Amino acid sequence: MGDEKLNNQIAEYALRLGDDALVFGQRLCEWCADAPTLEEDIAISNVGLDYLGRARMALQYAGKTLGRTEDELAFLRDSGEFRNLLLVELPRGDFAFSMVRQYLLDEFELLFFAQLCKSKDDTLGAIAAKTVKEVRYHQRRSANWMQRLGLGTQESQARTQAAIDQLWGYMPELFEMDELEASLLQAGIAVDRVELHSKWLDIVSAQFASANLQVPESDWQVVGGRKGVHTEHLGHMLGEMQFLQRAYPGLEW
Amino acid sequence: MAEANDLVQAFDNKIHAEEKIEPKDWMPAGYRKNLIRQMSQHAHSEVIGMQPEGNWLTRAPTLERKSVLLAKIQDEAGHGLYLYSATETLGITREEIVQALHDGHAKYASIFNYPSLTWADIGTIGWIVDGAAIVNQVALQRTSYGPYARAMVRICKEESFHQRQGYESVAVLARGSAQQKAMAQDALNRWWWPALMMFGPHDADSAHSAQSMLWKIKRKSNDELRQSFVDQTVPQAEIIGLEIPDPDLKWNEQRQHYDFGEIDWDEFKQVINGNGLCNRERLAQHKQAHANGAWVRAAVAAYVKGKTGESGE
Repeated sequence: MGDEKLNNQIAEYALRLGDDALVFGQRLCEWCADAPTLEEDIAISNVGLDYLGRARMALQYAGKTLGRTEDELAFLRDSGEFRNLLLVELPRGDFAFSMVRQYLLDEFELLFFAQLCKSKDDTLGAIAAKTVKEVRYHQRRSANWMQRLGLGTQESQARTQAAIDQLWGYMPELFEMDELEASLLQAGIAVDRVELHSKWLDIVSAQFASANLQVPESDWQVVGGRKGVHTEHLGHMLGEMQFLQRAYPGLEW
Repeated sequence: MAEANDLVQAFDNKIHAEEKIEPKDWMPAGYRKNLIRQMSQHAHSEVIGMQPEGNWLTRAPTLERKSVLLAKIQDEAGHGLYLYSATETLGITREEIVQALHDGHAKYASIFNYPSLTWADIGTIGWIVDGAAIVNQVALQRTSYGPYARAMVRICKEESFHQRQGYESVAVLARGSAQQKAMAQDALNRWWWPALMMFGPHDADSAHSAQSMLWKIKRKSNDELRQSFVDQTVPQAEIIGLEIPDPDLKWNEQRQHYDFGEIDWDEFKQVINGNGLCNRERLAQHKQAHANGAWVRAAVAAYVKGKTGESGE
C-alpha cells in the first residue's frame, strides 16, 4: 500500500473518531444549566470537555492530511460529510436517556481505546492513551448511575429501561467493520470492532442484571453514520453549531 | 444578661481586631441574616449567570472557544456550589436556599436579566461583567466571615482568568471585520451601564450598606467600587479601540479618577422589579431544570436508603 493511500485512510479513520467525539460533545453541551443537580452539571461539563479535547486532537490529525483545520472540518461540512456514529447524534432526551447512552458508549470506549493504544500509528496511539484515562472516570460515573437509576425508584427504573430499549438498535453500528477499517486493521493501525462485541455485551449484561435492568431481546438495528447517512437530527445540530462560521465566513474569532 | 453582653463584646472585639468570624462562633442574628442574604445572592448569581453564557455554548464559533466557554461555565457552577456550601455553614440548607430563589425571596445579580444576543456578548460578559464582579470580590476577600472570605480568594483567581479571556475574545473581534467590530461595540453599549449598576445604588440610597460596613461584611462602598471599575476599564477599552457609551466620561486630573455620567436608576429599578427582558425566563429555566431533575434526585435518595437499609440489617 502506498504511503499516500495509507495516510488518507488514517485521516478518514481519525475523522470518524473526531466526529464521534465532536457530535457527542455538542450534545453534552446541551445540558448546561439544565442538569438535575449542580454537581451533575459540573460532571457533565467535565465529560464534555474531555470529548471536545478528543475531537480537537483527532480532527487536527485528520486535517493535516486533508489540508483543513479542525474548525473547517467542524464548521464547514454538511451532514453528509460527517462520519460519526448515529448513537451520538440522537437528541439528548431525558437524564436517563443521556446517562444510558453515556454508559453504553463508555463501556465500548474502554475496550476500543485500550486496543487503539497498541496502534502502529503513533498519533492515534497517543490520542487513545489519553482517552483511556478519561474514559475510566466516565465509566465509573455512568456505571454508578445505572445502579442508582435501576435500583432507585419505579419511575427511574422505568425511564432507564425505556432508554435502553430506545438506544439498543443503535449499538450494532459501534461493532461494524467496513473495508477501510479492515484494511487499517491489517496494517496494525485500527481496532477490530467485531472482536469487542461479545466482551462488551457480557459487561453490559452483568451491569444491567445487577441494576434490575434488562438487555432487550429485539434485534432491530440502524446504521449509516460512517457513510454519511444520518438521522434528521444531525442537520439541526449543525445548523446551530455552525451558525457563526456560516453567517460570517472566513473570519478569525 | 451579662453572658449575652460578653458574647456581643467578644464578637465586636473580633471584628475590630480584623479577626475572622467562624461558623461556630457566636454572631448576632442580624449579622447571620445579612450574610445569608448576601452569600446566597452571590451563589445564585453564579448559577443563573450560567444561562446567558450557556446560550452561546452550542453556537461558539471555534472548537477552542467552545472548550474555553464550557470550562468557564463549569467554573461558575463550581463557584455556585462552593458559595452554597459556605452559606450552609450559617445554618441553612441548600434546599432552603434554592427554595428562597424560587419563591422570589432571594435575588441574583440583576445583570443576568439582560439577554446575550450575539457572540460578542460572551467576551463582553467576561471582560465587563466578570471585571465588575472581581472589583467587588477582591474587596470581599477581606470580609469578616471566614468561609466567605476564603471562598472569595479562590473564586477571584478563576474570575480574573475569565476576565482576561473575555477581554482577549473582545479584542479579537475589535480588530476583526467591520461587522465583528460593530458586534463588539454593540455588546459594550448594551452591557456597560448594567455593569455599573452591578455595584448597587449610591451609598446614601443603599439599604444594607451602612450596617454591612460596620460589621465589615462590606469593605468598600458601592460608589468606591464603581469608581475603581470605571478607572480600570476605560483604558482597556481605549487599547482595543472601543468606545465607552457615556458622553460624560472624562479624566478628572484633580480627582485622578474618571468622571462619568449618571446611571439610569429608573432602568435599574425596572429590571430589579421584574421588567428586564429575561427575568421570568431565567427563573423559569432554573425551576424547570429543578423540576425535571426531581425524579433523579428521588432515585438517588431511594437508592442510598436501600443500600444503607441493606447494610444495616
